[in-house]
Amino acid sequence: MRALVAVKRVIDYAIKVRVKPDKTGVVKENVQHSMNPFDEIALEEAVRLKEKQIIKEVVAVSLGPSKSQETLRTALAKGADRAIHVEMEEATAEKIEPLFVAKILRRIAETEKPDLIFLGKQAIDDDCGQTAQLLAGLLNWPQAMYASVVEQESDKTFIVTRQVDGGRESIRIKIPAVISADLRLNEPRYATLPNIMKAKNKPLEKKKPADYGIEIVQQTQILEVTEPPKRKSGGFVEDVPSLVVKLKEMGVV
Amino acid sequence: MDYRIIRERDENRNQKILFFLKHIAFRFNGTLVLAEHTGDKLNPITLSAVSAASKLGEISVLVAGTNVTKIAEQVAKVEQVKRVFIADHEKLKHQLPEYVAKAVETLQKQYKFDHVVAGASTFGRDVLPRVAAQFDASPVTDIIAIHSDDTFSRPTYAGNAICKVKSNAPVKFLTFRGTAFKSAKESGGSGKIEKAPETDFSFDGVEFLSQELLKSERPDLQSAKVVVSGGRAVGSADNFKMIYELADKLKAAVGASRAAVDAGYVSNELQIGQTGKELYIAIGISGAIQHTAGMKDSKVIVAINKDPDAPIFEIADIGLKADLHKAVPELIKAL
Repeated sequence: MRALVAVKRVIDYAIKVRVKPDKTGVVKENVQHSMNPFDEIALEEAVRLKEKQIIKEVVAVSLGPSKSQETLRTALAKGADRAIHVEMEEATAEKIEPLFVAKILRRIAETEKPDLIFLGKQAIDDDCGQTAQLLAGLLNWPQAMYASVVEQESDKTFIVTRQVDGGRESIRIKIPAVISADLRLNEPRYATLPNIMKAKNKPLEKKKPADYGIEIVQQTQILEVTEPPKRKSGGFVEDVPSLVVKLKEMGVV
Repeated sequence: MDYRIIRERDENRNQKILFFLKHIAFRFNGTLVLAEHTGDKLNPITLSAVSAASKLGEISVLVAGTNVTKIAEQVAKVEQVKRVFIADHEKLKHQLPEYVAKAVETLQKQYKFDHVVAGASTFGRDVLPRVAAQFDASPVTDIIAIHSDDTFSRPTYAGNAICKVKSNAPVKFLTFRGTAFKSAKESGGSGKIEKAPETDFSFDGVEFLSQELLKSERPDLQSAKVVVSGGRAVGSADNFKMIYELADKLKAAVGASRAAVDAGYVSNELQIGQTGKELYIAIGISGAIQHTAGMKDSKVIVAINKDPDAPIFEIADIGLKADLHKAVPELIKAL
């Protein structure tokens, strides 16, 4: 079995982003970037399935500017066997919509013929949460979204537990299928120094969107990016009775 | 009198009217809302989606499932709803996205709605993009404001930046954040109920096995107006009982920080995602950005914490610096 894992380079989750004064986006220059946390989990799951000898090969894919190669090297250090980088200008990558990521991933899936495609449930920058579903729709494959447990059942089937509103749901999917990772799926490993060194020699193929016959057409135009309304601290109350008085004054209890 | 001329003139006029009607029909095919339900209950997020959709055009609703006539009748009474489609099929029983998407796709091919929308819940997030892929359309998800029929605002970077976008997609596939739109009234509508067109459900790549929902008398965390939320400082699963007790007093849902979930005090369904409430009471929660991103859209935020420097106090409307183990029981008594 082969797994394809899509990983995205995003601003590190611990960074407090700043909106640019000209309202065109957020400040990305000289800001720590790393692999999207949900993608790390998706990758970890594929690597664990490889360690259980269910999967033979893990292929990591990333779309983006040349710096995305760092993210792919991280993926290789964490256990991916090889990587595909679909390179595009930073300006294009900035505006690329999940639909076009999904279109390129579909083409890659057609040549690589994976049995499972793992993605994070959403990227923490655009917060779209669409790519996995769009890809499953384009391929007409089953989709197991927000997975918290992935278990092989037979040569052709997997049982996936999904985190849904208000609880959990268990489904059986036939391969080939698309799985998106929830935070609960696993605890991703750290890349060790020897593995980081080894990753430098693993194959990394470079491609362009045009290689897949995909023209990137923007359907969603960003008009402006603004700061959310600021909240101000309302200050302290002395004790519980004055808290109750204040709550009643505000009409919320 | 020359009747021919009159007839010609008449036909001419008819054609003009026909053209006018066609033109209208072409431009405004209305909005399709996907109803979300449990089989016997309509999920409240559907009412928020209807109210959001009412800003976009005439509303049709699709109710997909098995034996969903009652749900459809309920939906037909919702204000602004003009038409209700029932897609009833064994395969739709658990509303798996693969099958619901097929039903939506068939309906969309026939009726060509301008907008296909749903609440930004697990259900909506699962189905909408899958259908959008069939129409080569880029979806816009988790919308918090509608500016016009193609311009919307949505949060990015965990709510730290608000992005205003214009969609040029051939069909607008949209999900709305439930808490950002008021609920449509459950009466006043008189939608026409009809059968959705026959759909090919031969796809068999997925099968529903089981569901384990957190049973609770308390309101659901997603739809509750008031939330009482506990953090790691609550100390133990046993201590969480007082959080539940306070929640019951306020008819509130119980939430938890990631730290409290990781410590095993409550199950992870209670972890606060991105949401906005009328009243949010944070107890023993320091207020890491991942947490505040989830609740800072709430109207009134109350924080109880013994550390006066906890970042939660920077966004709280009312702060109480106190030991939660004393303050919470006192608050329960006072309410």
